Amino acid sequence: MELVAQVVKDSPPATDPLLKLRGIEKHFGPVQALSNVDLDLLPGQITALCGDNGAGKSVLTKCIAGIYQVDHGQFFWEGRPVQIHSPRDSARLGIETVYQDLALADNLDIVQNMFLGRERLRNALLDEDDMERAASQTLASLRVTTVRSIRQPVASLSGGQRQSVAVAKAVMWNSKLVMLDEPTAALGVVQTKMVLDLVRRLRDRGLAVMVISHNLNDVFEVADRLAILHLGRMVAQDRVSAFDRQSVVEYMTTGGFGKTAPAGDGKGQHGSS
Amino acid sequence: MARAEAPETLHDPTASADAAAIEVPPELVAQSLGEWFRGWWARVRAGQSGVLPVIVGLVLISIVFTAISPKHLFLSAGNLVNLFQQSAVFMVLAMAETFALLLGEIDLSVGFVGATGGVIAVQLVQPVTARWPWWGAIVAAVLFCAFVGALQGTLVTRLRLSSLIVTLAGGLIFNGVLLIALAFGPFSGYPSLTGNNPNLQVLYKLMWGTIDPTISWIVMVVLVGALALLLWFNDSRRRRSGLVAPPVGLTLLKIAMIAIVAIAVVAISNINRANIGTLAGVPWVIPIVLAVLAVWTVLLQRTRFGRYVYAIGGNREAARRAGIKVGTVVTWCFVLCSFTAGIGGLLYASYLGGMSNNVNGGQLVLYAIAAAVIGGTSLFGGRGKVLHGVLGGLVIGGIYNGMYLMAIDVQWQFIVTGLVLLVAVTIDALSRRSATSGSTARV
Repeated sequence: MELVAQVVKDSPPATDPLLKLRGIEKHFGPVQALSNVDLDLLPGQITALCGDNGAGKSVLTKCIAGIYQVDHGQFFWEGRPVQIHSPRDSARLGIETVYQDLALADNLDIVQNMFLGRERLRNALLDEDDMERAASQTLASLRVTTVRSIRQPVASLSGGQRQSVAVAKAVMWNSKLVMLDEPTAALGVVQTKMVLDLVRRLRDRGLAVMVISHNLNDVFEVADRLAILHLGRMVAQDRVSAFDRQSVVEYMTTGGFGKTAPAGDGKGQHGSS
Repeated sequence: MARAEAPETLHDPTASADAAAIEVPPELVAQSLGEWFRGWWARVRAGQSGVLPVIVGLVLISIVFTAISPKHLFLSAGNLVNLFQQSAVFMVLAMAETFALLLGEIDLSVGFVGATGGVIAVQLVQPVTARWPWWGAIVAAVLFCAFVGALQGTLVTRLRLSSLIVTLAGGLIFNGVLLIALAFGPFSGYPSLTGNNPNLQVLYKLMWGTIDPTISWIVMVVLVGALALLLWFNDSRRRRSGLVAPPVGLTLLKIAMIAIVAIAVVAISNINRANIGTLAGVPWVIPIVLAVLAVWTVLLQRTRFGRYVYAIGGNREAARRAGIKVGTVVTWCFVLCSFTAGIGGLLYASYLGGMSNNVNGGQLVLYAIAAAVIGGTSLFGGRGKVLHGVLGGLVIGGIYNGMYLMAIDVQWQFIVTGLVLLVAVTIDALSRRSATSGSTARV
């Protein structure tokens, strides 16, 4: 864990982290899913969270989203210590998660999906006009422009459009941190580009973005920072320029780089950027 | 907002324009009536036909039965009113079932639970025993049904039992309860609604009472006028603010259709349909069914609760993650389902002029599900409207009525209704498959 501390210290961030995790531990019965994980998420930066299957990426995401509660460790939101016990807590802070396939109801239209669970009312009835206006403003501001009508059911959208709607839904609520779980899984080339452009636009708005991804192409294309988990430990965390493909793969598969000394030797490789 | 701007001008390069034209309901993008019609026709050819099959079915039923029924009785005023009265129970039970179907659940108990509600009301107004006022009996009956729904819904949500099994058990249990409730009092198991007692009369008139022709015309004009104004101002306000709205022509077409149907119903009902003497007027049951339709349509289409019902039926996990209390909504749907079934049971009792032990609740529930599905409600959840129950109920009632006129034996009626149901679920499954394959093909 020394490595992580050093790496973070060696590349002083331009701004203070929006969300700081320190010493996060989570276990399920005898299985230690996360041990002593530190993570910094910075506003206006895209952090890619990488790791092999079972590395603890989605457990960590769910801890931040409040779906799981951590056993030990602290969260700092804009420098202040906070508790996240439920999805409601994380939503209140301004954390939104875009889940892989679970985000949208196919039978509802785009506006209905974007406001699901937070519908606006007028005289106890749904205020469709108001919601439609707000949804179309958000979509326009994110330049999600390929849908024919924002009243069409989500079932009729392409995969990339669906993902775009899911992302737009996440940023509607004055969110400050958006976490995307495998946003480009199962998307074609054009659609992937569309979604990655959208992710960049979130960053340009000053949001902190965390992308969970297997796909190193995407990671190197879009991320500003990389955080790599291996078997529940954070084995590397730095600006993306400090890594190359080879080192990322090695961190993901072996938990270290330059196989002989995985824990202590990372400084020389990644501190200088 | 978005209409005039970029969203419509750019197209997803991966989706062909043709495919998109079929996937998107034409009323959302069409600028004129002609454009809407072309878009609509493209969707029909692609297998996404909405309520078209049921309308075609109704027209076919009318033509066939008018052609072959003795003296072309099928479309006579007397028979049409009779047809509506026969269908009313199916319609209301199908609307009840819609609450379960929209969630992707099913309720097999609506027939017997509703009929038990009917027996309770009939027993409570008997002048020689309970002597309740008619309104007290009605309230007691529907509250009893709502309570049963709450129990069943709680078992489904809290204990995670299958709704199929819970309501199958419920149907059996209330078949028994019904027989017990029938046995009370000195009626040898046949409490009836005949007699001069005003409380008996009110229940009897739910189905058989008629409204004075002049009043029915006035009420119809007021209601259709109000609905037309509402539609017109709503659509034109949305057009003005640049929101998604149907073209002017379509709004006018909708209003015209509503007016034509309303005028036809009132005009037909006001023709004297008695062989001897005078029997004319809109039966009470028509406004009752329309009221149930209107209230549940507003609830499902215009409130948060309704939105959550559709969301849960479409993607339960997404609904949960959006913070919707899924268990509570599901339980309430079972309450509303049984409550509506209670209204259906009251109409049923009124139709029979009393209750007896030959209530076939098992058949009623199958007809109710068939009516909802024939009308276009999906068995897979998330798609459908209460209006579909009304249209499907009319189809079932039409088959029933037409075969009765032809003096065709009941076994053929079962077979034909079963075949119609098969066609309906096939359409449901096919349109669902084309919708999914359509979107996966373009991922």
